[in-house]
Amino acid sequence: MSEHEHHGPPKGITRWLFTTNHKDIGTLYLWFSFIMLLVGGAMAMVIRAELMFPGMQVVSPNFFNMMTTLHGLIMVFGAIMPATVGLANWLIPMMIGAPDMALPRMNNWSFWILPFAAILLVAPMFMGPDFMAGNGPAFGWTFYEPLSGQYQHLAFFIFAVHLLGLSSIMGSINIIATILNMRAPGMTLMKMPLFVWTWLITAFLLIAVMPVLAGAVTMMLTDKYFGTSFFDAAGGGDPVLFQHIFWFFGHPEVYIMILPAFGIISQIIPTFARKKLFGYSSMVYATAAIAFLSFIVWAHHMFTVGMPVAGELYFMYATVMIAVPTAVKVFNWTATMWKGAMTFETPMLWAVAFVFLFTIGGFTGLMLGVAPADFQYHDSYFVVAHFHYVLVTGALFAIIGGVYYWLPKWTGHMYNEKLAKLHFWLSVISVNVLFFPQHFLGLAGMPRRIPDYAIQFADWNFWSSIGGFVFGASQLLFLYIVIQTIRGGEKATDKVWEGAEGLEWEVPSPAPYHTFETAPVIK
Amino acid sequence: MSTTKTATRLLGSALALMLAGPGTVLAGYDALNMHQTVTEVGREIYDLHMLILWIVTIVGIGVFAVIIYSLINHRKSKGATPASFHESTTVEVVWTTIPFVILVAIAVPATRTLMAIEDTSDADLTIKATGYQWKWEYEYLDDGISFFSKLDEASEKARQLGSGIDPRTVPNYLLDVDNPIVVPVNKKVRILTTAADVIHAWWVPELGVKRDAIPGFINESWFKAEKTGIYRGQCAELCGKDHGFMPIVVKVVAENEYRDWVAAKKSEAAAAAAAAAAAASQTFDMAKLMADGEKVYNQACAACHQANGQGVPGVFPPIAGSKIAMGDKAAHIDIVVNGKPGTAMQAFGPQLSAYDLAAVITYERNAFGNNTGDVVQPSEIQK
Repeated sequence: MSEHEHHGPPKGITRWLFTTNHKDIGTLYLWFSFIMLLVGGAMAMVIRAELMFPGMQVVSPNFFNMMTTLHGLIMVFGAIMPATVGLANWLIPMMIGAPDMALPRMNNWSFWILPFAAILLVAPMFMGPDFMAGNGPAFGWTFYEPLSGQYQHLAFFIFAVHLLGLSSIMGSINIIATILNMRAPGMTLMKMPLFVWTWLITAFLLIAVMPVLAGAVTMMLTDKYFGTSFFDAAGGGDPVLFQHIFWFFGHPEVYIMILPAFGIISQIIPTFARKKLFGYSSMVYATAAIAFLSFIVWAHHMFTVGMPVAGELYFMYATVMIAVPTAVKVFNWTATMWKGAMTFETPMLWAVAFVFLFTIGGFTGLMLGVAPADFQYHDSYFVVAHFHYVLVTGALFAIIGGVYYWLPKWTGHMYNEKLAKLHFWLSVISVNVLFFPQHFLGLAGMPRRIPDYAIQFADWNFWSSIGGFVFGASQLLFLYIVIQTIRGGEKATDKVWEGAEGLEWEVPSPAPYHTFETAPVIK
Repeated sequence: MSTTKTATRLLGSALALMLAGPGTVLAGYDALNMHQTVTEVGREIYDLHMLILWIVTIVGIGVFAVIIYSLINHRKSKGATPASFHESTTVEVVWTTIPFVILVAIAVPATRTLMAIEDTSDADLTIKATGYQWKWEYEYLDDGISFFSKLDEASEKARQLGSGIDPRTVPNYLLDVDNPIVVPVNKKVRILTTAADVIHAWWVPELGVKRDAIPGFINESWFKAEKTGIYRGQCAELCGKDHGFMPIVVKVVAENEYRDWVAAKKSEAAAAAAAAAAAASQTFDMAKLMADGEKVYNQACAACHQANGQGVPGVFPPIAGSKIAMGDKAAHIDIVVNGKPGTAMQAFGPQLSAYDLAAVITYERNAFGNNTGDVVQPSEIQK
């Protein structure tokens, strides 16, 4: 064994550029996603500023479309996904008693591709003579053909998506290889913490669908630059084919964002309820069932494209089935809290808020799955409200809760509980002011992705914007709390939380640069 | 600025609303729930929506009540000690089965409604709606009428960035068009949707219809309005810059009124065709072509190329100093008449008369400092 491994990390920028350490790479992922959260959030602020009052006040319609497009893409591919990969990097090796990820160099590469992909995605914004014209992608995060084909810098966008896909596939291979090969002796699959299970299933989803997305953008590329007509009816192609391919990727993609969140919540609730997770094995099976169903429901995003009625019926039945395993999960979390001995430190607050608000998102998801009703909900603000409930108060809340939960383990310091609670309460109130009225807007007939609206939508848009600004500003408080915790604070114990269970709580706080160089024994 | 004024007024009215309580919000305030529709299918959709809404509300109240009870009573500070149970196959089976049964209960009426939505047979009237960036073209296949329908002028002016016009002073802001479609009451109207460029969607909430308009394909949907009136909707699929500005207005009228409207539209079209035919062989002087060309330009071209001909840098090319507008005349005519595939530049040949095309091309070749001196006559337009 070389001496090097017993030293701390190397100093300076090269530590981060060349690192193969799972904790360093996890930190890089988490910071990257935090920066992207702020960038994507700033774009959301522009959107809410324009929508605060009827009439056009802030940006041009094209710039507005660019904001909604980049906001979506950055939040999905830049904020939520990298954040869950960052948590996976930090935690999976520690949770299964492995010294590091199975493929450390690939791990480095899968992270360092990301900043370049992000630059390619946003660079066209700055490539026109007039910034306010909106020179970036402005065709929605779903980049439907033929609209996306009209975009002049399409090659940038396509290359960015390819890089994001490469990064995700490499990250997933690494996670699968780590979980399947590097568990400590005695750590059987059905003993793994649920976070590890959800990520194992998520990684398989990623490997299955990222190549499909790559195929879709490659077909776009040849359509635009090499004269093919995959998606052009005039050449014998079909624009709806694009949507089928996109959503075959896109539906599993939403579970890619939410399954790790389920895992985080399944770690946090038992800790603060001081009671084992109820129905561990049914949670594993429910996760697998959700993952399986995610592959066979894609066209529920496309009920209005004019499918045969048999197709519509099938996709409706298959879609509403997802409610079953999802309900099982919510019931299991409820049963875990039931007759526990709960305390409400900040991570638990986020987890409880998740259970309530994600459930609301699940309910509206069920409503959207019922095809005839979807003919009215589709592409309205009701959809916007739905997916923000599952992705913001769902995925993002779980990630923030997870950060508070493991931050003492990462930094060795306790965060400021008072400020953290303030952050929570500001966020949870404002997020509902922000998104709940959007249900009303959608039902009353406001289409999504419009920069201006008829007068009857003015009042709720005003409140939604107020909520948006407070929610946005609250996340700066989060940034402050995290930095404050890194710099100092009350010393964290190894176990950190009274009810914490699992291998990551048996190593010192902060976790040393290398952990479990000798495999622990699992009883 | 008007923004601040709007802000204060809105804040004031919002405060008043809050003080008055939710009762006033609901009263005469159609902004909370799905709108009641004037079609049978629409009512079925509404009932289905309410059914699921009630189911999820009741389930939600039940689950949330259990959680809240637990949050209040099962806390450490109240001296609770954790129980040790952590699995029960019976319970898992029960709470897997119950949601399943509820879903079947929803699926039955949903299936019935879906079959009704998709039954487009035996229509009394068929209208083809073609989406363009950013307007609709309507063709009455039985009556031989066709026309374009786009955002009305008052909304168009008010919606410009920094227009200084308060949208509240514009009647039916963003929901009014220059040419509404008119249909008879109590007749089954079949709408065929398609598009000329990108995907659009034809949505009128109160008629219970939303259907994508896809280039190269034709979709079918239908409605049978039971009440006369004016029903407004919007494009529901992102279709580029002015997606938010291509509303749909449907006037439902009595059968005889509809007949009168058809007759008027027909004679209007015949007169326009005669005028166009006469103009096609005439020669006009530059001043007249420039004057009329400017009008055509402002209604057909300015949305992208801008009224000042500068375009939107990097997104829509300028006409001022453009190689096409200042170069070969035939190439210029070709791009205006036939469009440029793969871009937002649509074919105006089918949309404008030969005279209008000649006028607008003349205008583009001489306005904005282009000054080519070229005059394009209607006879030069090869459609």
